[in-house]
Amino acid sequence: MELLTNQILAGIATGAIYACMALAVVMIYQAIDHLNFAQGEMAMFSTFMSWQLMQWGVPYWGAFLLTLALSFAGGIVIERLLFKPLAKAPILTNVAGFIALFAIINSCAGLIWDFTIKQYPTPFGSAPFLGSQLISTHQAGMIGVTVLLLIALYVFFRYTRIGLAMRAAASVPESARLVGINTSWMIALGWGMAAAIGSIAGMLIAPVVFLEPNMMGGVLIYGFAAAVLGGLTSPFGAVVGGFLVGIFENLAGTYIPGVGNELKLPIALALIITVLVVKPAGLFGRPIVKRV
Amino acid sequence: MTALLNIKALNAFYGQVQALHGLEFSLNEGSVTTLLGANGAGKTTTLRAICNMVRSTGAIEFDGASLSNRSTENIVRLGIAHVPQGRGTFTTMTVEENLQLGAITRSKDGVASDIERMYAHFPVLKQRHTQQAGTLSGGEQQMLAVARALMLRPRLMLLDEPSFGLAPLIVRDLFKILGKINREDKVTILVVEQNAQLALEIADQAYVIETGRIVMSGKANEIADNEDVRRSYLGY
Repeated sequence: MELLTNQILAGIATGAIYACMALAVVMIYQAIDHLNFAQGEMAMFSTFMSWQLMQWGVPYWGAFLLTLALSFAGGIVIERLLFKPLAKAPILTNVAGFIALFAIINSCAGLIWDFTIKQYPTPFGSAPFLGSQLISTHQAGMIGVTVLLLIALYVFFRYTRIGLAMRAAASVPESARLVGINTSWMIALGWGMAAAIGSIAGMLIAPVVFLEPNMMGGVLIYGFAAAVLGGLTSPFGAVVGGFLVGIFENLAGTYIPGVGNELKLPIALALIITVLVVKPAGLFGRPIVKRV
Repeated sequence: MTALLNIKALNAFYGQVQALHGLEFSLNEGSVTTLLGANGAGKTTTLRAICNMVRSTGAIEFDGASLSNRSTENIVRLGIAHVPQGRGTFTTMTVEENLQLGAITRSKDGVASDIERMYAHFPVLKQRHTQQAGTLSGGEQQMLAVARALMLRPRLMLLDEPSFGLAPLIVRDLFKILGKINREDKVTILVVEQNAQLALEIADQAYVIETGRIVMSGKANEIADNEDVRRSYLGY
């Protein structure tokens, strides 16, 4: 029984990270109808920036906040330079753009910080949380920060005018322009926020997976699985999907014989395919109907 | 009377196809003008050209300022509210959020009281204010679209076939309210309609458009009495 509780709690902790990545993916998908394959690499680069800041002597939370701001700006720059010009281009051109971005960021990180694995600090420590063996303080911290982030995002989108404008721009762009919203900047803002959310995921998971240019590969696939499971059109679904995938991953690794650590990733992929076949809109998404 | 909107030699294009051919007309401040014409005559295109939602050449002046080379959102910010064909409802948002969006370019002052004013114009919207706008009936959505446009406190309101798909009684109500808005709030209105009879009742000025050209213009009551117009658009 304790093993089960332990695995579920650990699943919720990693699930929090998947939820962040899924949320970042969904935010960009809502804005431009494309999956950002480079979301993980953007998060990895952000994490390296925070590591560099700490190497230069900036304390953890200072580096954390600075990285958030830098990632936000970086996301906007990427949108303005690369994806705004591609806005009317065919899907494949966009996909090529994302893959290029993936490769460029990955190589740049390797070039600047090399490919050796680095330790990444945790501000929460790794002692047992509240004296219980079930979960560590870092895992509790991962959950806590994610929950705070989700509350902040909910308040932003629900109760601020700019949040309302962003939702309007994503749901009916033409009508949004007709009430005077600059939809192009709303998309850029969405990119900035997605990059910042991704950076939080990167910085929280780095103490677990260690810091190196390929650290986010697996995490992003789980993030995609979470987004697909929850529904690509639903930010709420993405978050729920994240936690579900985290729990599912851990339970499968523990209880299904032969899965273990090696087969965990294929399970995420199997999940993506299963959802796409059985319920393509995901748990909370709305089916997209196009007139032909 | 001064012209609030002045259009000269307006051509509009969808790709290679030219939809408007040298359109010229003007709207007097405070007036209601209707643009009549059959399907495909270029009515919607004219409205879309004013808001720079379709490629066009020619001169469009609003209150002395040129609208060419301005983005749609900047044109809206000048005080031109456009109620598009199909209503453009934000279906996943609540009725009240739709109204707030109409005022998104304004400062927060007066938004709450304007929303109350809209509820006074359209009581049904108040009953449904927390409901998702997509669950509203066609007529209710049309009222919401008009209310959303008014939230801008526009000087000019463009309406694209507000009667489309609505029951005759609802259409009558809607036009009554439009007339009231024009008189009380001094909003200049340009309404595109296939329902010529109703549009001519509330309009001061009318233009008839055929295959992208204006073929007739005059006071609304004169146009309504014209033999050709009666036969082609009023059906009697």
